[in-house]
Amino acid sequence: MPTKKPAAEVIPEVKERAHKPKSGLPVIELKAVGRTFPGPAPVEAFKPSDLRIDQGEYVSIIGPSGSGKSTLLHLLGLLDRPTTGNYLLDGIDTGALGDNARAGLRGSRIGFVFQSFHLLHHRSVLENVELAQIYNRMPRKERKQRAINALERVGLSHRLNFTPRTLSGGERQRVAVARALVSEPSLLLADEPTGNLDTEMSRDIMAVFDDLHRGGLTLAVITHDLDVSRRAERQVQIIDGQLHEK
Amino acid sequence: MTDLTPTVRDRAVVQHPKLGIRDLFEEMVSGLLGRPGRLILTALGTVLGITALVSTLGLAKTAGNQIVSRFDELSETRIVVSPSENGFGGNESTSSIPWNAEVRLARLNGVVAAGTKSDVDISGALSRSVPVVDPLGINEHQISVIATSGGLLEAVRGSIRTGRYFDNGHSDRADPVVVLGPAAAQRLNIFRLDTQPAIFIGEQSFTVLGIIDDVAREPDLLNAIVMPDGTAREFFGLSAPAEVHIDAQVGATALLANERMTIADSGVESNMVQIALTPDSPDSLRTQASQGYTAVRQDVEGDVNALFVVLGAVSLLVGGLGIANVTLVSVLERTPEIGLRRALGAARRHIAAQFLLESTVTGLLGGIIGASVGVLTIVAVSAVRDWTPVLEGYLPFAAVGLGAVIGLIAGTYPALRAARTEPIAALRSS
Repeated sequence: MPTKKPAAEVIPEVKERAHKPKSGLPVIELKAVGRTFPGPAPVEAFKPSDLRIDQGEYVSIIGPSGSGKSTLLHLLGLLDRPTTGNYLLDGIDTGALGDNARAGLRGSRIGFVFQSFHLLHHRSVLENVELAQIYNRMPRKERKQRAINALERVGLSHRLNFTPRTLSGGERQRVAVARALVSEPSLLLADEPTGNLDTEMSRDIMAVFDDLHRGGLTLAVITHDLDVSRRAERQVQIIDGQLHEK
Repeated sequence: MTDLTPTVRDRAVVQHPKLGIRDLFEEMVSGLLGRPGRLILTALGTVLGITALVSTLGLAKTAGNQIVSRFDELSETRIVVSPSENGFGGNESTSSIPWNAEVRLARLNGVVAAGTKSDVDISGALSRSVPVVDPLGINEHQISVIATSGGLLEAVRGSIRTGRYFDNGHSDRADPVVVLGPAAAQRLNIFRLDTQPAIFIGEQSFTVLGIIDDVAREPDLLNAIVMPDGTAREFFGLSAPAEVHIDAQVGATALLANERMTIADSGVESNMVQIALTPDSPDSLRTQASQGYTAVRQDVEGDVNALFVVLGAVSLLVGGLGIANVTLVSVLERTPEIGLRRALGAARRHIAAQFLLESTVTGLLGGIIGASVGVLTIVAVSAVRDWTPVLEGYLPFAAVGLGAVIGLIAGTYPALRAARTEPIAALRSS
C-alpha cells in the first residue's frame, strides 16, 4: 500500500473548513414533483411538492414507514422518474435525460449510502471503494489514491485489504460512506444509514456525517429515526406523501 | 479531500457513463473468481459436453482409421487382371495377357510386385514323389498344378519355408522345376530339400526347388504344385497367362486400376494397368481392384461420427442449458449487486456486458478443459487398445471456440434479464 497517513491527520483539516461559506447554489430543486404508481387503483405515493436543497446543506427527511420516504429517495437518486413536475440536479433538468445520461449523473453526482451497506463480500475494502469510479471515466491511475483518501477520511485506512465480512457493522457502513464520497458527488444521499446498526455504531456514523457536513458536503439523510434526524441542520417531514418543513 | 464541495465542473455537462475494457475484464475476473465453487459447477456442463464431443469425434476417427488400416494392408493393395468376359479372348486359351506381364507392370509407379498365375491343365494326370508306378495308387494324388511367373510369390505376399522360389530364368529355359505348396508337400511326403527330391506329374519328373510357407492371397497355391510359366508352356501347352496379380502401394490402386485414361493416338480409353499390359487392345482385359474400401471407410466413419456428433451435441445442449441455468440463478442472487452497480452509475449495457462476458469466459474455460480431457481420453483409449490416435488438428481449437460460443449464447438471456433489472427493485431485495 502506498502512503499510509494516520486518520487523525485528516480530521483537524476538516475542522478548519467548518465554517466555509455556502455558495447558495441549489443542488436539488423539485418543482411540483409527484409520483403516482399506476394500477387498478393508482397510488399517489408522493404528492406534487417543491423542495430545494442548496450546496453544503445537511437535510434530513423524516417520516414513518409508508409515508413515501423511499419513493422520494428513488426520485432524488434518479433511480425512478416522477410522473409530474421537474427535478433539477445541479441545475440540470433530469426529466429530459435518457437512461444513459441519468446513469452518468448518478455515478458522478450522487453518492448513495444504503441501510444494508451493499458491499461486495468477495472484494477488499479498497476494491469496494474503487468500484464507485469504474463507470464514471475516472482515470485508472487516480482511482486507488482517491479510494485510499476516502477511506482515510472515514478512519478506515488500516482496513484497506480486509474483506467486508471481517468488519463490524459500523465499519462496513463507513466503507459505504467512503464509496459514496470517492467520486466527489454533489449530493450524498443516505437511506436509513443507521437502520442496521446499534446505538454506538449509529453515533459513529452520525459523527462521520457531521464531519462531512463541516467539510462542505451536501447531505440528504432519509430516516424514520428522530435521533438521526435531529443531527441535521434542516429537517423535512414527509407524511402521506406530502412534504412539510419543520 | 478536505474540501467536500464538488470539484469545479460545468454544471450543465452530463457525462454518459463509460466502462473501459480493462475494467470490464477485471470485474469479470473478480466476479468469477469471487465464487470459485460456482464457476467450477457452471463450467462443468460445458466441460462434459466438449469432452464428449472431442473424444467421440476423435475416437470415431481413430477407430475408423484402425478399421481401414486392417482392410488396407491386404485388400486395398490388391489388383487382379484377367481376360474380359465379353471382349474377344473370353477364355484362357485366347487370353491376351502377355508372358512378360510382370516386366511391363514393374515399370508402373505404385506397383510393388506383379506376377502371372494360371491353372495348368494336366489332363487328370496324377502326381507322386516316387518313381515307381504303384498299381494300388496309394502314393499317387490328384494335385492341381499352377503356373506362375517368378514375381508372383511376392505379389501374393507369400513366403518360402525352405529352398527357394523359381525365377524367370527357369521359366525362360523351361526347366523342369516346381515349388510345392505346404499342403501339397505334405501329401507328397516331401519335407526336406537336401536330398534333392523330385516329383512326377504323370511320367514327367520335376525337381522340387522349394516349399511355400504361407501366402496372404490366393490360398489355392498352398495345395498346389507350382511351376514356372515357361515350364508349363513346354510340358503342358499353356497358351497364355490366365491372370495377373499385382501388389500395389497403399493408395495407388485408384490410380492404377480405377482411374480411366485415354491413349492419345488411338483414343482408346482404359486404365493404366490394362494399357500397360495390352496397349493395342486394353479392353480385352478386365481389372478387379478394391474400390470400395475407401468408400467403406468414409461410410463407417460417417456413421460413427453421425452417432457421436448427436451424442456430443446433446451433451453440449445440456451443458449450455446448465450455464444458462446457473447464470440465471447467479443473476437473481446478485440482484443487489446489480442494483448497486446501477446506483454507482453503470448503464444497462455495462451490466449486460459483464454477465455476458462472465458466461462466455465460463464457456471458454469449460471448452479448454473439455478439449484437453477429450484429447487425453482419445490418447488413453488408443494406448489401451494399441491404436494410433488420430484427430483432426483443428478439432481441439474449434471445441474451445464452441465452448465460448455456448457460454455466449447461454448467457444472453440471463444478461438481458440482469440489464432489465430496475435498480430500485435490485436495491430493495437484500
